[in-house]
Amino acid sequence: MEMATALQTVETENYLNSNYGIKSWLLTTDHKRIAMLYLMSITVMFWIGGFFAMMIRLELLTPAGDLVTSDTYNKLFSMHGIIMVFFFLIPSVPAVIGNFVIPMMVGAKDLAFPRVNLLSWYIYMLGACTALFAMVTGGVDTGWTFYTPFSTTYSNTHVIGAAIGIFITGFSSILTGLNFIVTIHRMRAPGLTWRRLPLFCWSNYAAALIMVLGTPVIAITLLLVALERAFNIGVFNPQLGGDPLLFQHLFWFYSHPAVYIMILPGMGVISEIVTCFSRKRVFGYEFVALASIAIAVLGFVVWAHHMFVAGISVYAALVFSLLSYLVAIPSAVKVFNWTATMYKGSISYNTPMLYAFGFIGLFTIGGLTGIFLASLGLDVHVHDTYFVVAHFHYVMVGGMVMAYMAGLHFWWPKMTGRMYPEAWAKLSALLVFVGFNTTFFPQFILGYMGMPRRYHAYPPEFQVLNVLSTAGASILAVGYVLPMIYFLWSLRYGEQAPPNPWNAVGLEWMTASPPPTHNFDETPIVTWEAYDYEHQPQEEVTVGH
Amino acid sequence: MATSDVTVDNDLRNAERALQHHFADMEQQQETSTFGMWMFLLTEIMFFGGLFTAYLVYRSSYYQAFVEGSQKMNIWLGATNTAVLICSSLTMALGVRAAQTGRRKLMVVLLLITILFGLGFLGIKGIEYHEHWTHHEFPGPDFHFETIDKTPPVDPTHTEIYFSLYWAMTGLHALHMVIGVGLVSWLVIAGWMGAFTPSYFTPVEIIGLYWHFVDLVWIYLFPLLYLISKKHGG
Repeated sequence: MEMATALQTVETENYLNSNYGIKSWLLTTDHKRIAMLYLMSITVMFWIGGFFAMMIRLELLTPAGDLVTSDTYNKLFSMHGIIMVFFFLIPSVPAVIGNFVIPMMVGAKDLAFPRVNLLSWYIYMLGACTALFAMVTGGVDTGWTFYTPFSTTYSNTHVIGAAIGIFITGFSSILTGLNFIVTIHRMRAPGLTWRRLPLFCWSNYAAALIMVLGTPVIAITLLLVALERAFNIGVFNPQLGGDPLLFQHLFWFYSHPAVYIMILPGMGVISEIVTCFSRKRVFGYEFVALASIAIAVLGFVVWAHHMFVAGISVYAALVFSLLSYLVAIPSAVKVFNWTATMYKGSISYNTPMLYAFGFIGLFTIGGLTGIFLASLGLDVHVHDTYFVVAHFHYVMVGGMVMAYMAGLHFWWPKMTGRMYPEAWAKLSALLVFVGFNTTFFPQFILGYMGMPRRYHAYPPEFQVLNVLSTAGASILAVGYVLPMIYFLWSLRYGEQAPPNPWNAVGLEWMTASPPPTHNFDETPIVTWEAYDYEHQPQEEVTVGH
Repeated sequence: MATSDVTVDNDLRNAERALQHHFADMEQQQETSTFGMWMFLLTEIMFFGGLFTAYLVYRSSYYQAFVEGSQKMNIWLGATNTAVLICSSLTMALGVRAAQTGRRKLMVVLLLITILFGLGFLGIKGIEYHEHWTHHEFPGPDFHFETIDKTPPVDPTHTEIYFSLYWAMTGLHALHMVIGVGLVSWLVIAGWMGAFTPSYFTPVEIIGLYWHFVDLVWIYLFPLLYLISKKHGG
């Protein structure tokens, strides 16, 4: 009946309390519960990867390699990269937030293939455990890129285990992407046309295309690395006539688009949040939507910009450099359109919006420095230096992790039925922003001055900036620990969340918080345009101050 | 809403049972499943695509070595296998048709023949593998290869790359065949027990798609690995 009044008095039946027990979670096919399973697993991976990052920063506090040996250091940055890329960033927004909200956004009861969705989580867990086992029993030191012939012939670490772990996890990513594409094509509610589709669905759709088309290639490539190591088959070994460059081509054919698997869903989160907290329809909806597809398509033809100094022909490099510049266009379309959305909007400064501000600024810096790296001459100078490290951390952490945090805060009331404490959340957003910039901005300078990446010792003149960076990493760590604590706290003590705490439009806000198992009591019929904030009653955001 | 259970025949009731809760009707469910399988096959193309890329790169670099490697193939066994797979595709397609028209026994028989063809393929492939193994044509420390034509001499390590790709590509294909035989066996059991009707036979259809795809991969593998031109091979 009246959902609002019912919520005030007794807890209504929802996906969390519909049944209990460990079995009801491990055998669930409910996309919302699977999203929570993913949330727990990738949080664990985030802290493991973060621990390795802290070890790296501690080692770099002093110029001498005194905390760990160079071999250990190699393992630390390799495992940091492998865990953060394959086991945290790639599943983060799609598998947690996307899994939870996409079916609701399209007005469906579930994803197209609920059992495949559960299977993808089990595959993820199997892959993660395999990779972790390889790390516990000795680690891997090839870097997350597994360059041959080092990985196939010379490394004495557990390359096969780590590669198989990533190989397995790849299939969970493929299945998630496949599920999203089919769901968005076939499961939309009546009236929800492509032009009315939330931008979060558009960007996840674009990312899903990359997952489906790119991931199989890295799977077969890592399988060949494992086979080469086990049977010495010679496909990538120059001593046997193999071509190590072929490995780099195949690896980056996936791993460059994978960068867009990581950032596109984050861009979707930002689109939702910017429009909601500006009380305005997204400026240029069609352009933002199609920019996602353009990024996905262009992302497949720029991979060799990782190989400018690896010995590819100058003409190939020239073409790839030009194509890489082109990616800047749809990315800029998004940034400009978010800014234009905020222009003359009535902006409220809730935590998700603070993170979104952070995303826009930091992603812009990360994106613009990407143009430096796409230009041939400059790339020769800063290749394999801390400039590159700073660049991709601005996109991956400053961009994607910010977006993930923004999305978690935005949809937390929907996921759990509880509000998080706004003041603490604002403080943590501030800490993350300050900590992040203190950590990574000095690395741009270090890289430009010539400090190479992947060494555990460095000349003393680089120390001041490295100390600054390590200090920033500590602030950043506090900024990440705080949300962990208050999110858990809010599960028990948080204020009860109303169905639509942000006064947002979108089908997921039209059902209870937390939603019932089947999401909607009746299949919704969509008769309005996306983000029609101007025609919504102008209510203040009243909750969560 | 209003559910009218007036004189629903067996078939319709069966279809209702097969309808999963999150779909509006059977049509949506069927279209969704088929679309999902096509997407999956797209990932399979990319999966094999990595190997095909490696094949093309090394074939253009070491053409002579690839010619000599392919001359170690038993073309007759390979051709027989191609014929076997094409026949299996035919029986699979007829099986889907039988499911669609509700002829249960015919469907089961056709799918059983498909399985026999599939096992026949794997058996012949096994004979070929055995021959290569005994002739040391398996990459690794035991690999041995005598070049036929000394002018220009072919580097055995380059032929080893040919055999690496041969084993990887046909091995991955054979793995897909094993999975396919397993899936069709499940169809036979489920079909015999009456799980499929003219209004619900989606599993037969999408496993059929998978089967045809695996056949199609072989249609490319056979000429690429067995039939490299002998014109320059001497």
